[in-house]
Amino acid sequence: MATLKINNLFVSIEGKEILKGFNLEMKSGEVHAIMGPNGTGKSTLAYTIMGHPSYTVTSGSIELDGTNIMDMEADERSRAGLFLAFQYPVSIPGVTVANYLRTAVNAHRKAVDPQYKGISIPEFRKMMIERMDYLKMDHAFAGRYLNDGFSGGEKKRAEILQMAILKPRFAILDETDSGLDIDALRIVSEGVNALKGPDLGVLVITHYQRILNYITPDHVHVMMEGRIVESGDAHLALHLEEHGYDWVREKLEAAR
Amino acid sequence: MIRPGKMMSDQGIVTRRQRSQPVSNAQEFRIGESLIPHNLPANVTQAMMDALALYQNTPYPTDKDEAWRRTSLVGLEKANYSFDYDTRLITEVPTKFLQPVIDGEQAGQLVISPGQTVENLRPEYAEAGVIFCDLFDILKRSPDKVEGKLNHLVKPQDGKFAALTAAFAVHGTFLYVPTDVKIKEPLHALFWNAGDHAAACSHHVIWVERGAEVTFVQEFASEGEDIPQFHSGTLEVFVGTGATLNFVELQSWNRSTWNIIHEKVKVEQDANLSWIFGSLGSKVTKSFSSIDLAGAGASAKVSGFYFADDSQHLDMDTEQNHLAPNTTSDLLYKGAVTGNSRSVWQGNIYVAPGANGTDGYQANKNLILSRAARADSIPGLEILADDVKCTHGATVGKIDPDQIFYLRSRGLTERDARHLIVQGFFETIMERIPFQAVSDRFRDAIVTKIDTQND
Repeated sequence: MATLKINNLFVSIEGKEILKGFNLEMKSGEVHAIMGPNGTGKSTLAYTIMGHPSYTVTSGSIELDGTNIMDMEADERSRAGLFLAFQYPVSIPGVTVANYLRTAVNAHRKAVDPQYKGISIPEFRKMMIERMDYLKMDHAFAGRYLNDGFSGGEKKRAEILQMAILKPRFAILDETDSGLDIDALRIVSEGVNALKGPDLGVLVITHYQRILNYITPDHVHVMMEGRIVESGDAHLALHLEEHGYDWVREKLEAAR
Repeated sequence: MIRPGKMMSDQGIVTRRQRSQPVSNAQEFRIGESLIPHNLPANVTQAMMDALALYQNTPYPTDKDEAWRRTSLVGLEKANYSFDYDTRLITEVPTKFLQPVIDGEQAGQLVISPGQTVENLRPEYAEAGVIFCDLFDILKRSPDKVEGKLNHLVKPQDGKFAALTAAFAVHGTFLYVPTDVKIKEPLHALFWNAGDHAAACSHHVIWVERGAEVTFVQEFASEGEDIPQFHSGTLEVFVGTGATLNFVELQSWNRSTWNIIHEKVKVEQDANLSWIFGSLGSKVTKSFSSIDLAGAGASAKVSGFYFADDSQHLDMDTEQNHLAPNTTSDLLYKGAVTGNSRSVWQGNIYVAPGANGTDGYQANKNLILSRAARADSIPGLEILADDVKCTHGATVGKIDPDQIFYLRSRGLTERDARHLIVQGFFETIMERIPFQAVSDRFRDAIVTKIDTQND
């Protein structure tokens, strides 16, 4: 069983402090949801865990299985088992999904075995088609340029496909529900549920509760002012849906 | 997505960082009448003499000349070069350059190297009247075949170096495809240079008669990255009524070569030209590539790719001249620059009075991969007819750091991420090249060049 531990994290971007003492501990097999109003640092958290160079960690640490990953570049973190499903995946024109994913798989395997010669095209095709079928995706997807001209739903499904192929230990879904209609949301959620299991921890970052109707969280956290201010189980999400965030804010004010 | 540094539709993109450019032409090439062969027909020799006189009376281009504003010849130590292409020791052409550039069987191969020419053409095509040989050879053997074709599309008056080539070039490809002869397999010609301070002039005539069809690859190459060389070349290409020419031109000179090219393709009525222009080598290249769509219904598709690294300087002029009604041209040039290199593309679509129904397109896209590299992109339109459709566009941009982070977050190293993005950038031009071996050769060059980049 793997653990992801975030200790008293302070993060700033362009001199502005966004995360202010963020703590979280999760284990593989668990689903955690982080909810909160806009501007509370949810995406900063996602990017910081993944090692985006624009975010400066001023104090605190992130540990994966007890190993501090703060000095690792984004690609090392990926190969160590972290995955971020982007809110806005960028397009890479001229690079097919298949060609890109094969490069990514080889990068992961070479990290384990420096002598690895690279996955054969038939073996890779078989793996990709299997995962695409699993996620009910059209095989033509593989030949399209990565995220280029993809609809919102296609982009999110492509993110889940990548997750299915790279098999991370912890996946962070950053506002994966944003911009999706109800059908697309259902398809993407089913994909995540299909991948869920004892070897995968999922951190769902969301503004709205509705994705949690499809991906049931074990733990729900409310984030405000750059840290977690309230934690509970799935009921907390429903409570937030009904009552909004004001009561959390009031509670926070009262404690000052 | 390539993040556009500057986007434009009507004006060119020119960075204004000027390099000092003292003009000095005190030196001169060590050339004279003695270099003109005596064993050629008198009219040919006379034309060469005339071209030499014209060369000597034409001043060197300077940065005051519009076409040479962005390319300097300072540093070309003319007096050090030898125009002894014929008498130089034979140097073996590396076998990799003799491999077919296009997969499968070839209809013929022509390899011209210092002191030696090797000609091959399948007998059935020779019997059909196809000629594929060294220009020097045909000038000696049957000068009548060349009559009216030499200095016909490119004239010595077109520039100082066009005159130089007309004066001294006796070697080059001569390809003649008679009326209605269709050559299924490609023809491959290599013009090779070798030797320290070796100067070479080459003159190529490609003549595809009415209704004929051919795929022809012309390659320019040399080795020895630190060995200074010089090349001045002329290509004259004729595509007759209803004919089809698939023309692939690859420039792989060594990295110390000064290279100046004048080339013109004339496309007659209902003829089709597909022209792939690849530029990877040389120290400095200045090329003038021009297409005349001379007959109604003529069409041309031009796909250019270039990748400059280190201190390479590639300056390419293109012209799409619509001279007859209902003519079509579609030009896409894509290039990357890295290190301290610079590329210049200046293109023009000209639509003559009466060339109604013209459909012209030109686009140039550049990717800048290092801080010191620079790319200028200058499209132009000159339309003197009604009822035409002409569009153009140019972009100069860098790799989007968000693309890099996205790929790295999936486990790709920064190097692999950059490779993938650059390859993707060129993919849209590769798609236009139906020859696997040509695109493979370019893909290999991309990988090598990205790895040498510095920031």
